[in-house]
Amino acid sequence: MSRNAILHIVLLAATIAAPLLFPAYNAFLATLWLFIIVALTWDMTGGQMGYNSLGNIFFYGTGMYVGAVIAIGMYFPVGEWTDAARSELFLMSPGQYYTGLAVGSLGAGIFCALAALIIGALTFGLRGPYFAIGTLGVAIAGGEIVSNIEWLGGGQGISMPNPPGDFDSFKVLIYYLFAGLGVVLFIFLRWFYQTRFAAAINAIRDDEEKAEAMGIHTLRYKLVTWAIAAFFVGIAGSISAFQLIHFEPLETAYQTINLGIFMVVCVLLGGKGTLWGPVIGAVIFHVFKEVTWNYFLGGQWIALGALIVVIVVFFQGGLMGFFRRRFPEWFGVRVETKGATETAS
Amino acid sequence: MSAIIEVSHVSKSFGGVHANTDISLSVEKGGITGLIGPNGSGKTTLFNSIVGYHPIDSGSIRFEGREISRMLVPEIARLGLLRTFQQTRIYGAMNCMQNMLISIPHRKMTLWEAFRRNSPEEKERAEHLLEFVGLYEKRLLQAGSLSFGQQKLLEFAMAMMNEPTVLLLDEPTAGINPTLINGLIDRLKRANSEYGITLFIIEHNMRVIMNMAERIYCLAYGKLLASGTPAEIQDDQRVIDAYLGAH
Ligand SMILES: Nc1ncnc2c1ncn2[C@@H]1O[C@H](COP(=O)(O)OP(=O)(O)OP(=O)(O)O)[C@@H](O)[C@H]1O
Ligand SMILES: [Mg+2]
Repeated sequence: MSRNAILHIVLLAATIAAPLLFPAYNAFLATLWLFIIVALTWDMTGGQMGYNSLGNIFFYGTGMYVGAVIAIGMYFPVGEWTDAARSELFLMSPGQYYTGLAVGSLGAGIFCALAALIIGALTFGLRGPYFAIGTLGVAIAGGEIVSNIEWLGGGQGISMPNPPGDFDSFKVLIYYLFAGLGVVLFIFLRWFYQTRFAAAINAIRDDEEKAEAMGIHTLRYKLVTWAIAAFFVGIAGSISAFQLIHFEPLETAYQTINLGIFMVVCVLLGGKGTLWGPVIGAVIFHVFKEVTWNYFLGGQWIALGALIVVIVVFFQGGLMGFFRRRFPEWFGVRVETKGATETAS
Repeated sequence: MSAIIEVSHVSKSFGGVHANTDISLSVEKGGITGLIGPNGSGKTTLFNSIVGYHPIDSGSIRFEGREISRMLVPEIARLGLLRTFQQTRIYGAMNCMQNMLISIPHRKMTLWEAFRRNSPEEKERAEHLLEFVGLYEKRLLQAGSLSFGQQKLLEFAMAMMNEPTVLLLDEPTAGINPTLINGLIDRLKRANSEYGITLFIIEHNMRVIMNMAERIYCLAYGKLLASGTPAEIQDDQRVIDAYLGAH
């Protein structure tokens, strides 16, 4: 077995065992997976396609609401539920709860993918900073619109049904949902980045005008890529809604300055346009954030700002970019004469 | 032989600059056609108009009998009408093989087929074409680290990878070492004869274009000045005057 395969198996085993070995860190680990998911999906457009979206948080927030509305709406009138603002008035059986969780999350993913197609058709004409600001506008507007809809609980947000069973096993379930989604996403991207499709979005990143001149269906590829990203973010949002039990629109769902920025920082930290960069970045960032938030309270935002400045000034390629410059042969850069055998990697 | 590109009465101006005025010409299917003219005479502008880079002010452009003057760049490229850039455009951050594999003809591919890896045949073709232009040894190097001339060759190979019907080349020999130019002429001719690609070439190097083209058009000040066989063009006093700057 190759060293690479062993590494993957060890990581997978650690992923499965983690909540059982470190129950006290369940919430921490679940959030870590959420960071990995939003970082990996952000990198699909930001790193691989060259479209730096500041609006991916829109799909997170929308995923929360869609998941909640589906899960509640399957059994109760949503307007009355949110009006009561007390889930105790309506009781859900465990069967209803888990069905709602599954159908709601899947529905959230599909809804967000469709939303990405529509928003993308409107915003993919924008380039560079205009795309970033345009998508940020979508996310801000999304939060404002939702907080004005009484049927969705307005500015109060939505209280989700209470999870059945004891709370500790619920936390383990949430961990496995995030971890499972993250692993599926990672395996998908590992395959996806080797397809012709991925080559086309890399071409768009490197020179979109050239890609057009070569006959690549640029808009089609951009839309599909963003829709796939939105699908995973939407599902993650819905899982978060169930995890948090209560969420409100601006601070939790459409949290543009928290998670909306964190996902970008994770990717920049680890290295844009690589498979492992966002994962490594998410791990480092999350640990950094927990440490500063716990031991440096009051100064945490200053520390975070300093971290961003350091990355942007000194590590523009992130950690992966640093390795690539130091050890280009790891990444297959070499001169080869015809007939020479491939150098073992 | 019949015309595969028909440009009739095309005009294009930028603000007050009349880059192209009432230009009519045709490119024969299967042949090599040349386009010459002093700097700023509107050659690149005409290429840009043909491939849909900008809308034309008036006139008509037909490709295989079909009006294309209102179509967008990628749509025209997918018809099999491709161009290379005077400034040379390659994907600098990727290696040469990746540049080649990205250039597979997307018009022959559905969205589902895009979700597959490159086939061994595609890789073989990419390697073969890199060898054809003399870049095989560099195939795993970053394209951006190649010299300007090598990038021109790579861009040409990428265009070939796309299996175009017609290829518009904007100064293919600019920046190429004079000792390599003969090899390049040979390759361009083989692209035409062996791969059956119709070529329409902008070129400042008279020796090159006289050697290759069956028919040459000459622009000056945005207007069509003369056209004919290389011999006719060479002897045309108006062409000589335009190049020597006499009016
Ligand atoms: N996008 C543009 N905007 C404004 N003016 C332009 C534009 N493109 C071309 N022009 C002008 O049109 C005229 C013709 O330019 P063009 O690039 O077609 O010349 P050319 O024949 O290709 O010259 P060269 O041999 O130097 O490449 C020039 O005066 C140029 O400044
Ligand atoms: Mg030019």
